[in-house]
Amino acid sequence: MRAVDAIMECLKAEGVEVVFGLPGGANLPTYDAFVDAGIRHVLVRHEAGGGHAAEGYAKATGRVGVAFATSGPGATNIVTPIVDAMMDSVPTVFITGQVRTDLLGTDGFQETDTLGITMPVVKHSFQIRSPLEIPRAIHEAFHIARSGRPGPVVVDIPQDLSRADITYEPVTDLNLPGYQPTTEGNTKQIRQAAKAMASARRPVIYAGGGVINANASQELSEFATSDRFPVTCTLMGLGAFPAPHPQWLGMLGMHGTRTANYAMDEADLICCIGARFDDRITGKLSEFAPHAKFIHIDIDPAEISKNIPAHIPIVGDCRNVLRKLIKEYRALEGVDTSRTDEWWQKIRAWQEKHPLRYEDSTDAEIKPQYMVQALYEASGGDAIVTSDVGQHQMWAAQHYHFAKPRRWINSGGLGTMGFGLPAALGAQVGCPDQTVVCIAGDGSIQMNIQELATCSQDKIPVKVFIMNNGYLGMVRQWQELFWDKRYSHVDMGSYPDFVKLAEAYGATGMRLTDKTTLVDDMKTALATDGPVLVDVRVTREENTYPMIAPGQPARDMVG
Amino acid sequence: MGEPGTKELLSLDELEAAGNARSGRKHILSILVENKAGVLTRIAGLFARRGYNIDTLTVGPTEDEQYSRITLTFDGAMHSVDQVTKQLHKLINVLKIRDLEPADTVARELALFKVAVEGAQRAEVMQISEIFRGKVVDVTRRSVIVEITGTTDKIAAFERMVRPFGLIEMMRTGEIAISRGRGET
Ligand SMILES: Cc1ncc(C[n+]2csc(CCOP(=O)(O)OP(=O)(O)O)c2C)c(N)n1
Ligand SMILES: [Mg+2]
Repeated sequence: MRAVDAIMECLKAEGVEVVFGLPGGANLPTYDAFVDAGIRHVLVRHEAGGGHAAEGYAKATGRVGVAFATSGPGATNIVTPIVDAMMDSVPTVFITGQVRTDLLGTDGFQETDTLGITMPVVKHSFQIRSPLEIPRAIHEAFHIARSGRPGPVVVDIPQDLSRADITYEPVTDLNLPGYQPTTEGNTKQIRQAAKAMASARRPVIYAGGGVINANASQELSEFATSDRFPVTCTLMGLGAFPAPHPQWLGMLGMHGTRTANYAMDEADLICCIGARFDDRITGKLSEFAPHAKFIHIDIDPAEISKNIPAHIPIVGDCRNVLRKLIKEYRALEGVDTSRTDEWWQKIRAWQEKHPLRYEDSTDAEIKPQYMVQALYEASGGDAIVTSDVGQHQMWAAQHYHFAKPRRWINSGGLGTMGFGLPAALGAQVGCPDQTVVCIAGDGSIQMNIQELATCSQDKIPVKVFIMNNGYLGMVRQWQELFWDKRYSHVDMGSYPDFVKLAEAYGATGMRLTDKTTLVDDMKTALATDGPVLVDVRVTREENTYPMIAPGQPARDMVG
Repeated sequence: MGEPGTKELLSLDELEAAGNARSGRKHILSILVENKAGVLTRIAGLFARRGYNIDTLTVGPTEDEQYSRITLTFDGAMHSVDQVTKQLHKLINVLKIRDLEPADTVARELALFKVAVEGAQRAEVMQISEIFRGKVVDVTRRSVIVEITGTTDKIAAFERMVRPFGLIEMMRTGEIAISRGRGET
């Protein structure tokens, strides 16, 4: 059969139900195979949209997201989603076309060194050199993408090789002698961790996106409630622990709650699960959690002791490790549950003194924080929410409470503006029965607005709520706070007219300016068929607080 | 005490952080990799983007044609060997990494020295080469080329000896290293 038909067979064998992409010369043969393959293909309007859609799909479903692009500009257009998927550990496979092998290395038309460009930012990549390699490469690509610490894998296929005639046989074994992720977790270490938790007087569980990747949310809650361990999550971990909850401290880090950050600052033992002590979490590293010992559970050994030396390192899949940890913890004798009473008093006092707060308007003006609260109410708190990057992202993380995993989908590690809409598109394709909402920035949305056309054409009914402050708001905030309010190129005026734009794209456009009817208006938007783009006008110069100023310790939060 | 096998709880004060300390010495990493296109680029790229300095690097075939051996030396005072090896291990094509213990390792490097010599100096340089068990592999009226094999220290010592004569050029391969005894490296 044609190698391109074998590609389709491989995708089916891997359980792929949808591919996001856009064709070109180098993958014309592959696109010919789509005609009869019986695999859904969503034609995006820009390859970056396709890449982020694959990410949104993967994050919402836990399955591998797949995006196709042609060589040259197609491949360079998906570099951002590839990096994004690497930074946030998203299981994705990117299949790129390449020029014919006789043109390779000659600067042929639309030739680019896709493997070279993406090498520093992939979990792995395959350059196809013989058509016979294609099935195995694709099979191994999926295995690598979804196992261990998930991530992006690129398969680059020269056009002529994809047209070759090969005999296809499903590949079921793996030939990856150098790839054996440790998933079980060392039992002795886990027992040590249980004992340490049992004697800690000021413990905190600090959980991240790894818990969601490992589908370990249930286990996380079970462990946390097997005693009264306070829990905080990173931006990527929101939803791993059901908020609101009596043991929930809120998100930690740069725009986390004071309670969560203060708890880290005063903890005597921090149990880090599937997180990586990013600088947005630690603030000034040398003053981070100065009294704490650290248990660090992660599937990726390289994360352990990278930024913070671990006292009890545990390499393994979060779910496996948590299950064992729960068992070990329950088996302990003589655990004094009242040992954390004082700690909880302290935490309650912080919570009371420093709730997330903002000054609401006294008229009809919509405060951005209120906008998120209104959406939480209008959507019953149960939507899949994607976001772009900026102030709106932080307010969404703060004010929309995520009770379940895979409901909050955003770009954390890379902070990619323009992530929200295509990610929502992908999430909606993966979860057709869910309400999928994108909280977008007026700046960010313009970076992938073209995907509205995809949504209209394919009847993907995402609801986009633009938090329109007329600014590159987060940058404006930093200029205000740290650059003496010398605003430099952050004002975007009131362009474009989003309502007209929505209509031009075949979607429904709405503009909301009145706080008093906001919840109802949002309900109307959510109940409208098809894709909807809502331009919500909010206070222009509002700052995201509280905040750990860059390079400062967590205890010096401002705002 | 809170030993793993006992029921006693742990005192947190007993816990000691493990991990990314700097050793302060030279490390020789012996890395077994799949013999596939791009592997060296992946390793070199990893070092470059993580800011690790490589001192020497050699690549060559092994007894099994599926695999290649990379021997890489770097300064443990600059980087945590723990982080370097863990990051290397993340590369899918990397099979095995050994941080070779100097005492249990035979390490060798090949160097070629082109030395300027006039008249009687030639005999002197040849004599020094003999002491170092070097080989003179090329002679002209005004130069000799000496081949030296040995440890990095020995080669450095030879360099110090011949530099005063006028060292026109020196080329070194970087070390390869193999563990002592019957077991595989
Ligand atoms: C592609 C990209 N370019 C630049 C930035 C830097 N940046 C971070 S937040 C931000 C402002 C985003 O503006 P908007 O989408 O309107 O969100 P707001 O902060 O106003 O809510 C910018 C420019 C980025 N994160 N991504
Ligand atoms: Mg804005």
